[in-house]
This record gives sequence, structure tokens and C-alpha cells, in this order.
Amino acid sequence: MAKHVAIILVTVLLGGLLGATLIRFAPGYGVDEQELDARLSAGSIEALRRASAPDENLFLFYGHYLKRMVHGDLGTSRTLQRPIAQLLRERLPDTMKSVGLGALLGWALGLALAIPVAMSRAWLVDALASVMAGILLCIPVAVLALLFVLTRAPARLVIALIVFPKVFRYARNLLVRSAALPHVLTARAKGLSHAGVFVWHVLPLAGAQLLALAGVSVSLAFGASIPVEVVCDLPGIGQLAWKAALGRDLYLLINLTMMVAVVTLAANSASDLLGGAFGRSEA
Amino acid sequence: MSKRWFASLFVMVLTLGSATAQSGTELRFCLWSEPKTFNPLLVQDDSSETVRYLTGGVLVRLNRQTQQLEPELATAWKTSRDGRTITFALRQNVKFSDGTAFSAEDVAHTIQQMMDPNLHSPTGDSFRSGEGKVETKVLWADKIAILFPAPIAGLDKLFDQVAIMSAKSPKKERAVLGPYYVAEYKAGSHLNLERNPNYWKHDSSGHQLPYIDSVRLDIQQNRDIEILRLLRGEIHLVNSLNAEYFDKVIAEKPALVHDAGPSMDSEQIWFNQVASAPLPAYKKAWFGSTNFRRAISESINREDLSRVVFRGHARPATGPVSPGNQFWFNTRLQPHPFDQKAAMKRLEQDGFRVQNGALRDKDGNAVEFSVVTNAGNRYRERMATMIQQDLAGIGIKLHVVTLDFPSLIERIARTFNYEACLLGAVNIGLDPSEQMNIWLSSAENHQWNPGQKAPETAWEAEIDRLMRAQASELNEKKRKEYFDRVQEIAWEQEPFIYLVNRNALSAISTSVQNAHPVVLRPQVFWNIDRLSLGSEVAQK
Amino acid sequence: MKWVRRAAIIFLLAVALACVFAERLAPADYAHQFRDIPDAPASAAHWLGTDDLGRDRFSRVLHGTRISLLLAPAAALIASFLAAVVGGTAGFVGGALERAVMSGTDLFLSLPWFFLLITVRALMPLNVSPITSVIITFALLGCLGWAAAARVVCADARSLKNSDFALQARASGSSGYRLLRHHLLPNLRPVLYAQFWISIPVFILTEANLGILGLGVSEPLPSWGSLLRELEGYSSVTSNAWQFAPLLLFISVVSCFHLVVLDRELPA
Repeated sequence: MAKHVAIILVTVLLGGLLGATLIRFAPGYGVDEQELDARLSAGSIEALRRASAPDENLFLFYGHYLKRMVHGDLGTSRTLQRPIAQLLRERLPDTMKSVGLGALLGWALGLALAIPVAMSRAWLVDALASVMAGILLCIPVAVLALLFVLTRAPARLVIALIVFPKVFRYARNLLVRSAALPHVLTARAKGLSHAGVFVWHVLPLAGAQLLALAGVSVSLAFGASIPVEVVCDLPGIGQLAWKAALGRDLYLLINLTMMVAVVTLAANSASDLLGGAFGRSEA
Repeated sequence: MSKRWFASLFVMVLTLGSATAQSGTELRFCLWSEPKTFNPLLVQDDSSETVRYLTGGVLVRLNRQTQQLEPELATAWKTSRDGRTITFALRQNVKFSDGTAFSAEDVAHTIQQMMDPNLHSPTGDSFRSGEGKVETKVLWADKIAILFPAPIAGLDKLFDQVAIMSAKSPKKERAVLGPYYVAEYKAGSHLNLERNPNYWKHDSSGHQLPYIDSVRLDIQQNRDIEILRLLRGEIHLVNSLNAEYFDKVIAEKPALVHDAGPSMDSEQIWFNQVASAPLPAYKKAWFGSTNFRRAISESINREDLSRVVFRGHARPATGPVSPGNQFWFNTRLQPHPFDQKAAMKRLEQDGFRVQNGALRDKDGNAVEFSVVTNAGNRYRERMATMIQQDLAGIGIKLHVVTLDFPSLIERIARTFNYEACLLGAVNIGLDPSEQMNIWLSSAENHQWNPGQKAPETAWEAEIDRLMRAQASELNEKKRKEYFDRVQEIAWEQEPFIYLVNRNALSAISTSVQNAHPVVLRPQVFWNIDRLSLGSEVAQK
Repeated sequence: MKWVRRAAIIFLLAVALACVFAERLAPADYAHQFRDIPDAPASAAHWLGTDDLGRDRFSRVLHGTRISLLLAPAAALIASFLAAVVGGTAGFVGGALERAVMSGTDLFLSLPWFFLLITVRALMPLNVSPITSVIITFALLGCLGWAAAARVVCADARSLKNSDFALQARASGSSGYRLLRHHLLPNLRPVLYAQFWISIPVFILTEANLGILGLGVSEPLPSWGSLLRELEGYSSVTSNAWQFAPLLLFISVVSCFHLVVLDRELPA
């Protein structure tokens, strides 16, 4: 457990540094849109440039940043002019709710379709479900979100529709393969019920992989929250990330990168641990 | 969900003009982004500007309809003959929203704050005319003189942007003199403005203004949602619409939309003429050639741009001043006509010729260049694509590159690693002095070749001279002559190839009375204190 | 159900043929702007109407299909291959390597790649031709889109390694390579197929979104992604139903693919 935590910590810190490097050396860093304001005097433009690009060695900067973070200060967002801790506090619950709900619903829908397909192998059900997943994959997120806005449906459900086809596709393939293995077929031939076959033979085989998929789908849902929140105007982390990226808000972006890293790593580590337990029980 | 439902019901009740609505009237509209500051001196973004307009009290106000200056907190004002001093006689018995009395001290305080070099106030920057300090002299409690180190042309009009802050109030910038004050701000969601109980203005029948009790500003970044909310009656107005939304609204509720004619904003293309730019020498030679720029300009079909891209809600542009600017527009100038034959003639003068359908310069280099524009702006993307086809007509290959804004700015303002750029210009004021930083060759916003130590071309030197002359001249007629000449040089040389002036489009609910949308910002609510909702005026 | 599959195959063949002969079939140049009739409905001259600049939509769809259908699967192949190599190796070898590789994958999943893409754009010359730009874009998508799949592949490989039949094969003397080639790789296929089929539409759509970074397909070249951008936004969706034709085609092609491969993608 301690080892896991240590790995997570090192990876997150590395993620922060790598993220900072990517941002720092990408074009447009330290540029402010307001520089184009013709009303500004040369002095003000100079001040603007100085303020938006702290001229500091990247490692030194990161060191200072971590030192402050240890003391509980996450810094201030340059574009929004507000403390980052406050911004995260305001926006995190909303996004967590959408991401959690979206991932959960997406999974429920995905499994609800994948399991019958795998167990019954009914061609028509399979074809219909596959086509439905395919359609959802083809519709741009913005169009989907717009549809929800137009019909006044809760926009956060869009995340579920983004997660669903991916979950379905993987889960279907994994379960179908497991259901086709010789010993599963034998069990079925011996007259074990569908449910019995699924619980005792198929699930243990595909369990670890499904869990890995669950871990991944958290980062998937997080990724989906960006376009959804931007299109639907939901004041969450995704929208914040988009604004931060466009404004090259270094502090905010480092915090967000580290936060996403923590969530991704935690979800995946949890799924690894559980998957490991699965593997052992099976052996 | 239920909250939103309730809110829409509430607005519905209001729009029906129901006499039972006792809770006061509320005007609702959207801000497109979070206001970045509530300090009126630091305002730069549109949202903060809106809040400042609704809450700030100014000495003089430019009437957005007549484009004339009108007295507000100052009852009279006078600029000295040398253009360095302005004296204001102030209105008496005026109080800030928190009850603090207003006096000349407050004006002095505001000016001193504004001119503080460490504050970098964008408002203050327009007052910076020369080296030296700005002095304020409180003559009486209701009279103040402000002395500038050098003459400033159009000085009085600049005070339209200066919201007076209190020198004494403990509430600082939250104590205001305008029609409303900020009562509530929920970051990321909305602002609530309540009527200023101490607002000094009364209508002709003695009724205290403003008519509307409160203004709710929802922060709504998505324009689609904003338009939907307008159509559903959840908000009262949209200050600035684009052409497609205009058509969308007109299809559903034609009574809501207004087209006030060409706005102050323009769209333009310019070539990179920076000597040190990382471009091959032959391309620098093209871009530096007046004939080349004129030829490109004449190869662009501006009528088509207006008609197709802006669906007719734009007009071919002539120059840096829009025809919407009644006084300063040079009426002798016409937009460059679409004439590819004339363009070819100009190009031939420079040794260009067409070979196998491709234009080549005198050394045989095929004429091919890229234009960068900001991604996500469909109008600019479409204009660039249309220009691409226009230029193909004279054998030029144009590459359209869309970049996110910071990358774009880095290229056009720092590294100069670009060939041509398509962007828009937003003109907030009417006075040419506000364009100083664009036209002076030494200025940072002299986009095609900024920060020149000495003007690199004769015509830029001439523009420098004329701009400086108009800035130190107090006679408006003389100033107009100078600036007319600047417009003519810009027309002849085309450092900026002006494409179109978009029309000022807005939408406003029929329940809002007394609204007269105009081209100047803020287009719809410029007379906010006289707007009313439903049968509200009659009731009071 | 054979007839459904057959119909799907015929449809796909027709689309493929139409793409191959796009130049001959297209009634107009995909870039030509008929400026007098922007946003026109379908007519004899313009089978699917025209877009907002008056360009013949049918011609644009033909050319766009060619680009997207050629490049998106290629990118999906790269992504699936990377997922197989990274995830498969980590899963089979296990131990410290697996932990390190998976932590790396997690890190990869959480980094803001947006900025890498911006940097790539900055390194490319501005005058790069639209077709080069689109190839680079899809190559990038392929190189960045493997991480999530690698995690599932790794879990799969790990459990396959420990599964009964792998143990049996090992007991009966199969060497490492034989085991990999004949027993493990074929069984990884379902996961990789899933990755492959998901990636294609996702990449097609992502390509359009990269336009914001100056990557992707640049004007006037059409792609499915750029054709679908017409639908993004309340203002640009007109009452003109022909706007939805590209989306319909996109969905039909992807659905037909799914129908055709429904059973084939699983180990025999």
C-alpha cells in the first residue's frame, strides 16, 4: 500500500513538472490578449508582458511552487485573478458529480447491453447495440451537447453518452471472448443457466480487464467533461481547464494536471489492486 | 432545474406586464465572461466595461445616439486654449450610493489614482500625452481644474471613460455614482445590480431614475444558450449579435432584432513588413511594395464578403474610420473596388507575371503566402477562405492557418514569424487620438511594423507627423483635416487592407421600452437609466 | 442475417468506389464557391445542396470521405499497435516493469497534450500544404491515442498469462515466443479490435477539433471532421436538412463496418 502511494506521489510530481515544461515551452506562453489593446501605452504593455511571463528558470519555478503548495498555497490564477484553491473548491464538486454520474451511467448502459450480447449471442441484439454505440461515437460532442441544451435535458448526461460506447465496445469484446472459451462452453453444455455461467465462469475471466477499463473510464469521463462543460456552460473543472489552456495560465494548469494525475492514478491503482485480487482468486 | 423554471416563470410574469408583480422590475441580460475587475480604472475587458457603464458616474457622457458630449456630474466644462487644462463645474448635492457626499476631492482622487504610473490604468493611458505629472487643483468644493503636462486633443471626450471614485468612502470602488451598484456577485454565475438610491438624475416629471429596479447579469459564455434564453424570454436583450444569430432570431421573433448599420469595428488583413522578420527577402519585397498590397486589395471581393459571410449585415470597409463615426469619417473615400484587371496591371508594374496559371515575381518565385487568423472565429475563417478563392483568380496561392489566440499574438507581436494576418479592430471611442498607438510608427500596435526607431517609409513619416499634429491641435476642423489626410494615406498605401465593417446588430425584448439601439457600445443599454419594463413607467 | 451484412458490404464498396473516383463523380470542384447560392438546398446541380460559402456539398463529401477513410484507420492502426506493444509487453513481463510502464501510462493520460500539439504546429512552417498538415495531424493522433487501451491490454495480457490454457501450453513445453505467437496474441485481439474500431470515429472527430490549433485539415480541403463542424452550434444549423447528410454518411459507414466485422473480430 505504502509502495503504491509512493509511486502515485512520484508520478504526480513528475506529471506536474512535465506539464509545466510542456506549457512553458509551448508557443503563446507569457502572451496576453490585452497586448493588442490600442489604448495601452508602451509602459502598460511592458508591464503586462512582465506580469504574464515570470522570467524564471523552470526548475526553480517548480521548486518554489512545490514549497508553497506544501504550505497549502496553490497560487493565484493569472487569467481569473483569484486564488486557485478557491476556484477548485467552487468547481470541483460540480465536475465530480457530472463525471461520477456520467461514468456510472455510461457503465450501467454499456454493461446492460454488453452482457446480454455476450451471453445470448443474439445477432440482432448485438447488431443493434453495436450500431447504437457506433452512432454515439460518430456524433460530435458539441452536437450532442447542443441537442441536450435545446431539449433542456441535464447536460451532464452527455458524459454518460460519451463513456457508454467505449465501455460497451471493450466489454462486449472481452465478454464474448470469455464466453467462447472451451470450459465456459462446457459449463453451458452441462446445463448451467445463463446467469450461472456469467457469474461463475465469464466474469472471473474478464473481471480484471473490466476493472482496468473502469479505471481508464474515469480519465475518459474527465476528458469528456472539458468539451461538455465548455459547450453547455457548466462552471466546472473542465471549463476551467479550457480557459486555463487558452490563457496559458501556468499555475492553474499545473494544479489541474496534478489533480487529473492524482485521480487517474488513484482510479487505476484501485482497479489494479482489485484486479490483482481477482487474478489470485481465479488462480 | 426548479430554480431555472421558477426564474423563467418570473420573467414571463414580468414580460406580460402583470400589475401583480410587486417585487420590482428586473432587467436581465448576459455577460460573455467573468468581469476581471470592479476597479473602474483597471477596466479593459467587455464585461468589466459593462459593469462600469452601469455603475459608474462620469463627469461627461458621450451620447451614444447623437455622438455629442453631454453634462453628467459636471454641469459645465472648459478646455484651456493651450489644451493642457480642463476645468469642471460639478453638480451639487450629489451622493455616492453609500451616502458619502460627492465633491471635487473625489474627482482629484480619481485622477491622481488613474495617472499613477504604477497602476497601469488603461483608462489613464489615453490621457498620457507627455512626460511630467498631472496636477489637480480643487478650486471650490464644486470646481476643479486638471492640468496635463502636454496638450491633449479631444480631452473632454476622454472623460466619458472615467468613473469617479470616492476619496472617503470606506467602500472604495464599491461606492458609485452611476444608476446602479453591485449588490451581489457570485463568481462564475451572475451579478446583481440594484438601483442606486442616491442616483442624482431625474426625468422631466421629477421622477428619480433609473426606472428599472435591478439588473441581473448572468455570466454565460455560450452564445447559443444566450440566444435560446432570449427566444424563451428568459433574458431581455443581447447587446451584440452576429449575423447568423440575427437571422435565427428574425425567423422566430422578428420584432426583437435591430440592425443599426455599420459599427465602429472593422476586419482587416495586413502583411508583415517587419525588416527583421524571419521571411525570405523576396517575400519582404512583395509585402513592402505598395503596388502589391493595392493589387491584393483590389483582388478581394468585399461585396461578396459582406453578402456571403455576414449575410448582408456588413459593408465593404474604406479605412480606419467606419462610416458609423459621423464626424471623423472621410466622406471623400470609397471602398477599393473589386477589379482584378487593375490588380494585374499594378502587379505587372512590379515585374510580376502569370505563368501556367501561377503568379510569379520578376525572379520567378511563385507567389504563395499564408494568412493567419484566430481559430474559432468562423467569420474570419470564412473570409480567409473566400479571399483564398479571390486570390486564386490572379494566380496567387493562399494558405489559411488558424491559430489559438496566444500563439497568434506571439507570432504577430513577438517573433514576427508570419506573412499576413487577418484580424478585426474594435474601436471603442470616436476620436482619432484613440488610434495613436496604431498609426505612430514607433508604437507597439503599429501592427505591420511595430516599434520603429525612425519611420522606415516616407508615408509612415507623414502619418506620424499628421497624427502628432492632430493630437496637439485644438481646432476640431483642423484636426479633421489632418486625420482626413491620414485616412487618405492609409487608403493609398494600404498597410491595413480593410475588408468590411460589420453592422451593429442587437436584439431586445419588446417589453423593454425606450430602447434605441445604436452603433456605439453599449449598443442597447446606453440609456440604461431611461429604459423601462412593461407598463412600469405608467404605474409609478 | 446474412443479407444485412451483405447490404453493408455493398454499401461500403459503393462508398469506397465513390472515393476512388471522386474527381470523376464530383459535379464541381470541392473548393469552388458558388457565391450566389450559399446554404442552398438540394437541387439537380447540387445533389446535397451547398455549404455556407456556396461550395457543392456532395463534392466535398466525396473528397472528405476519401481523406478521412484513408487516414483515420491508419492512425487507429498506429494507436492500436502502440497499445499492443506497450500494454502487451508490460502485462506479459509483469513485475517492476509492468508497474513502471503503467505508471508511465497513467502519467501520459493526465498530461496536457494540447500544448504539445501547439508546439508541433509552431515547428511546422505556415505554408505547409493542407494534405501534409492532415497527415501530420492523424499521425499525431495515432501516437497520442494509445494510453487508455494500453491499460486494458496490460490487464488482459496479465490475466491471459496466468490463465489455465497458457499454463497448460507452458507445461507442454511451449517456448516464450511460441506461447506469445500462438496463444496470447490471438487472445489479445478482442481488446485491440475494440480499440481500433473506437479510435476511427474518435480520430475523425478529433481532427476537426484540432483546427483550433492550426492543425488538421486546412481550407479549402474537406474532411468528415470539418464537414461536421457545420453542425456544431445553434447558429450554424439551418433549417436546411441537407446539412446532416455528412453526419448520416459518417454514421452509416461506421455502422456498416461494425456490422461487417461483428463476429470476425473475435478469435475463432
